[in-house]
Amino acid sequence: MANLLSRRRIKDILASKAMLLLTVTAVSIIFVMVVGLYLRSRPILASHSLTQLLFSSRWRPSQDEFGFLAFILGTLWVTGVAVLIAVPLCLLSAIYLSEYAHSRIREWSKPLIDILAGIPSVVYGVWGILVIVPLIKDYIAPFFGTFSTGYSILAGGIVLAVMIFPVIIHVALEILRAVPLEVREASWALGATRWQTIKHVVMRKAMPGVAAAIVLGISRAFGETMAVLMVVGNVPRIPGSVLDPAYPLPALIANNYGEMLSIPLYDSALMLASLVLLLVIVIFNVLSRVILVRVKRSIR
Amino acid sequence: MERRNVEEKIFKGLMRVSTLLILFSLLLILLTMAVKGLPFLSLAMITQTPQGGYYLGKGGGILNAILGSLYLAGGATFLAILFSLPVALYVNLYARPDSRSVSLCRFILDVLCGVPSIVYGAFGFTIMVFFGLRASLLGGILAIALLILPMMIRSMDEVIRLVPRELLESSYALGATRLETAVKIVVRQSLPGILTAVLIALGRGIGDAAAVIFTTGFTDAIPTSLLRPAATLPLAIFFQLSVPIREVQGRAYASALILTILVLVISLAARLLSKKLTRHVVK
Repeated sequence: MANLLSRRRIKDILASKAMLLLTVTAVSIIFVMVVGLYLRSRPILASHSLTQLLFSSRWRPSQDEFGFLAFILGTLWVTGVAVLIAVPLCLLSAIYLSEYAHSRIREWSKPLIDILAGIPSVVYGVWGILVIVPLIKDYIAPFFGTFSTGYSILAGGIVLAVMIFPVIIHVALEILRAVPLEVREASWALGATRWQTIKHVVMRKAMPGVAAAIVLGISRAFGETMAVLMVVGNVPRIPGSVLDPAYPLPALIANNYGEMLSIPLYDSALMLASLVLLLVIVIFNVLSRVILVRVKRSIR
Repeated sequence: MERRNVEEKIFKGLMRVSTLLILFSLLLILLTMAVKGLPFLSLAMITQTPQGGYYLGKGGGILNAILGSLYLAGGATFLAILFSLPVALYVNLYARPDSRSVSLCRFILDVLCGVPSIVYGAFGFTIMVFFGLRASLLGGILAIALLILPMMIRSMDEVIRLVPRELLESSYALGATRLETAVKIVVRQSLPGILTAVLIALGRGIGDAAAVIFTTGFTDAIPTSLLRPAATLPLAIFFQLSVPIREVQGRAYASALILTILVLVISLAARLLSKKLTRHVVK
């Protein structure tokens, strides 16, 4: 009996150690990723200065010139347009779903938004090519008296905006629902309208959390690759307007996997681009998650 | 009418319009896929591999990509389950509840969930170079497994967290070890949620393109070995779309429709399962 008991105990202890090992492994992926990408991007960091890499727009890998500026600006433009479109729409609809909508409507729209989040990015890209690109080429560009092929920052921004809808709405809704009902009731009792209550009471409490939701949306937009690549034109030049094509960083990484091994330092440059992307996104994510944890604690 | 009431009306209207616009965009995407893809959808698309001259408009289908994606996502999901279930169990049963290291662990996993798939692809590529692997099904499985691991752990973790404390304590009181409690009580109790987490990860794995570009390659043959390149649906769509021939582009739309349906079916199954399988769950 004692023998049997100890065997069960030993099993338990062994399993516990194995599970701890797996947990530590899973958590350390992020550090391994940073180190791995850094090691691979060291050759280019050794031969080019970081300022030159980040602030030069000359991109001629075959002549040993690797300036990321046009790609960084391309990423910023596309992300900026996406945020400008998505943030007002998402905030208004999150407020509507949280404060005005019947609970049945809220329950119905949640799975629909989840479906939107689950659609693969390639499908978003195909949709962009079929709907958004022709829309810009045939209607929006002529309306402003210019010409555009449609494959532009605006197209990338619109597609991205739709892709980050679920992220922002989901987090913002969660934060708004966490604001206690009593706070609202106190405001209504003082004679405030619903919108006044939202503006002065609910939003004040939820503001940092909503900001965090937006930052999460931005970081999602920052790294999105396939859908943007398909509609943004991929011209490595510093863009001048939203109707110009651009070439964001993720698209650069994805597009050149074929030739990167034949040109010296090219693969190293692309790994550096991935590292930059990873670091920016990790910083954004850490910031917004810290805010979210704080806000949820302070609201309760 | 008072000014504040006018303001109320205006903003309420704006909110309704935004909500409708967002739901409408979902509808528009599904509708576009159906309208553009259906005319090109045929039995050959899903039962044949690309034949000679397929990318010039000749016959064949994308069975290679459908099977490739299923193998890839299936393998990655299997690998991810092997990792994530123990981790989720450890965090909830073995580690001190709500200790600082547990919160830190959850935090880091949340951050990992935000890392874009292209970075997982690039990292997967560096691992493959390190081990001397070429673009292959195995490489893709590794990259996708890395991609879905954090979200799988976190969603399993959320489910297992909901298991009532009393249930665990009753099991311990009967003399069961933590391992026995984990396997026989906790896993059974949270099975519906675990399956939902698995299916959602599977859907993500099938749909992801950026992580497989570097790691999996592309081929017109049905994958037969882990060490050979494999076709994937997203890349098949991408390549067909870049061919300037109407017929081939049409097939890209049809392929996109197939992918959309596949992902929708999986997410629907996840929803139904989580409702149906609650029979053995103690409330």
